[in-house]
Amino acid sequence: MSSSDDRLYAAVAAGVLASEEQFGSLLRSIVEVARAIFRARGSSIFLHDEEKDELVLAAVADEREQSLLGMRIPSSTGIAGWVLSARTPLVIDDLQNDPRFARGVAEKTGYIPKGLMAVPLLHDERALGVLQVLDRPENSRFSLHEMDLLGLFANQAAIALDLLGSARRARAALEGSGDAATVARVAAALDRLEGTRRDAGLALLRALEGVLREQ
Amino acid sequence: MAVEVVGHADEEHDEELRPAWSLTRDAYDSIALDNPLPDRVDRAWALGGATGKGVKVCILDSGIESGHPSVGEIAGAVVMSVDEDGNGVAAEDAEGDLCGHGTACAGVIRSFAPDAELYSVRVLGAGFTGSGKVLLAGLKWAVEQGYDVINMSLSTTKRQLAEVLHELADTAYFKRTVLVAAAHNMPVESFPWRFSSVISVGSHEEDDPLTFFANPDPPVEFFARGVNVDIAWLGGSTIRATGNSFATPCITGISALVLSKHPRLTPFQLKSVLYLIASNVGGGA
Repeated sequence: MSSSDDRLYAAVAAGVLASEEQFGSLLRSIVEVARAIFRARGSSIFLHDEEKDELVLAAVADEREQSLLGMRIPSSTGIAGWVLSARTPLVIDDLQNDPRFARGVAEKTGYIPKGLMAVPLLHDERALGVLQVLDRPENSRFSLHEMDLLGLFANQAAIALDLLGSARRARAALEGSGDAATVARVAAALDRLEGTRRDAGLALLRALEGVLREQ
Repeated sequence: MAVEVVGHADEEHDEELRPAWSLTRDAYDSIALDNPLPDRVDRAWALGGATGKGVKVCILDSGIESGHPSVGEIAGAVVMSVDEDGNGVAAEDAEGDLCGHGTACAGVIRSFAPDAELYSVRVLGAGFTGSGKVLLAGLKWAVEQGYDVINMSLSTTKRQLAEVLHELADTAYFKRTVLVAAAHNMPVESFPWRFSSVISVGSHEEDDPLTFFANPDPPVEFFARGVNVDIAWLGGSTIRATGNSFATPCITGISALVLSKHPRLTPFQLKSVLYLIASNVGGGA
């Protein structure tokens, strides 16, 4: 298949894929489970926006912080930026000793965590974002077992982010003015038909499919 | 831009490192070697009394906060970028550390080797996009400078960079620059730690900084202290952290100690010494 066919196929396949909202729910479920497993105060996922080279808050576990979704931070500085670029997980305690971190986060959220676990979300060769877990219970000593657990969550989140990216690209193709959008409009129109008109529409499309395959 | 070019601890010895493509019978004498290793290699021989003096250590990271109480003064700092033609450009770096991580690594190395000369090559902090190319340019530049040890507590997952990274790692190996790289603790393909010409490091959970283990089942070759470590951070502060990126400078620091006492060791010999003095191998203690 040519790349054009690939796009068309991907776009039409999006019709049977879950919606962006459903992937959003999956991401939120991942951070909620991460927060529960680590008995942490919060957990969040940042998605890397390649076009603007920024990290965008894509999921957050705390109900009160849902309004922060979409918040953007530079991909170049801070712990999340380092983790993304270095593709290496990092666990930091005593974050309040870091004046720059405290100021930067407080300005955006009004909340300064004491500790932070950050892990890159890697899928194939790409670093898609960063998963963070904030404030595990105080006096709980960190262990390599937890680091492994963090890696497992990161893998799950990376797969979800990859699917989300595919859904977004497919949706953009369906809503645009290209070939995929034409096919999508035909599919949508067919979907709205009922009874004999729907049967006639399907028969017409099958005939068209036969004609196209002959060439 | 004015950047000092540094040399190896035993620059005069480099003269002996002429490439030899074959060895004729009458040339045997020309490659006569003194074995620098004693019959028994232990920690007293390898690093007893060593301070890292005379060893040039490069930290390829987010920069270093010079003057931090746990780091002290550093010998030089550059920031890397890539120009329109894809060439690496090194400029003097006055910004220090953009994240804290490079300072943390420097502090760990300093805790082992107080007299080592620390050099910062900043390859992170100029945006994520293109960071792989900057990392590559920074490593190339660092290898060209002839540092004795380069600490790389970072990696890339980009396959198209792997081949060039591999060549750079091999070049460093033959130029007597030891590359110490953080291993990944997730099952992902990343580089350069997987290459056999570098020393790759993962974490163990012990508290003793001098405890490190040789791994009989690579690609991770050594495990060093990387869990709940007190490390230097921004603004002269100290925080507690966990990660293979802090285990890596432990082995960098120990390597600096060994090289300050035995500057003629090649990376091959150094790795052998590290193995022999590892806590789970007979030469330890």
